[in-house]
Amino acid sequence: MGQIIVMTSGKGGVGKTTSSAAFATGFALRGHKTVVIDFDVGLRNLDLIMGCERRVVFDFINVINGEAKLNQALIKDKRVDNLYILPTSQTRDKDALTKEGVEAVMEELRKEFEFIVCDSPAGIEKGALMALYFADQAVIVTNPEVSSVRDSDRVLGMLAARSRRAELGLEPVTEHLLLTRYDPNRVERGEMLNVEDVLEILAIPLLGIIPESQAVLRASNIGQPVILDDGSSAGQAYSDAVGRFLGEQIEHRFTKPQKRGLFARLLGRTA
Amino acid sequence: MRIFNFFRPTPPPKPESSAHQAKERLQIVMAHERANRESPDYLPMLQQELLAVIAKYVDVDQNKVEVKLDRGNDFSTLEVNIELPPGRPEPLRPRTSPKVAASR
Repeated sequence: MGQIIVMTSGKGGVGKTTSSAAFATGFALRGHKTVVIDFDVGLRNLDLIMGCERRVVFDFINVINGEAKLNQALIKDKRVDNLYILPTSQTRDKDALTKEGVEAVMEELRKEFEFIVCDSPAGIEKGALMALYFADQAVIVTNPEVSSVRDSDRVLGMLAARSRRAELGLEPVTEHLLLTRYDPNRVERGEMLNVEDVLEILAIPLLGIIPESQAVLRASNIGQPVILDDGSSAGQAYSDAVGRFLGEQIEHRFTKPQKRGLFARLLGRTA
Repeated sequence: MRIFNFFRPTPPPKPESSAHQAKERLQIVMAHERANRESPDYLPMLQQELLAVIAKYVDVDQNKVEVKLDRGNDFSTLEVNIELPPGRPEPLRPRTSPKVAASR
């Protein structure tokens, strides 16, 4: 039976879709059959980040409504084996996500895939609730910034009270913290919350720290998950985080400011 | 700010740059979305009607129908692959319209 993983945050713009794309691709690269689902009904974007926006025929909502079969809506990634994308509808709204409909799709996916990555919309309304409801594990994507940390805490409360596991009194959803857009230089100057501060406040295990990186925008520009950019710090950090998720012991990197030579500083280059 | 660039307009992104690729991808996908904003999503209906026609002649497994789309700048292609059941070497006469069959 496949594992359902939700990427959630409460706050928008912290990197849920970037992280969903990176994790799903990372699982598939390690040989695990994976599907990544866009739950942001009406504001489809995962397709752009995965670079399959020109190939969307049917979507998640068509499957829920019985207008298409699941395997017709799944888009096979052209670069990585074992990787599939289930895009959402661009024309309908969150009310199209019924609990029964989502459950039926999840049960079907569980039989075929090892990992089902759910890319949650921002907010705490129906779309976000449906994305986390069936989760076995949750990756809380957080920026080292006050509003993001507070919103993450709110989402942790939802996981503990309103998920399927909570409602049925099963073992609680496993929580992981993914700290994104981390800038060690600003942390050192005392301009940004450091990882210890965030961990102390949220009190959940740390899965990974993704450094602020120009590679993320470049990856979204060309529609290629940033984890495939293995020369970039962000790509390497995502790859480490996926390894840790799968139980490997990997030390955290990119948490200290990089020493920049005089030459690099003159040229104004950043990692 | 480099002083010599002060009076120059922002240069357009180079064709191979990632920013240029981003713009091109957005233009293609958004042109389609804007054009279809007011009209209902026709693909599920198109598929159902196509299948209804084909089902008049052969048994089709809904799971063996693959619909692919590739949106392009100048044109898009819609590809429908239907796997037909084995052991039917010659085309059948319509099953559900005996009138048509009889008039042949």
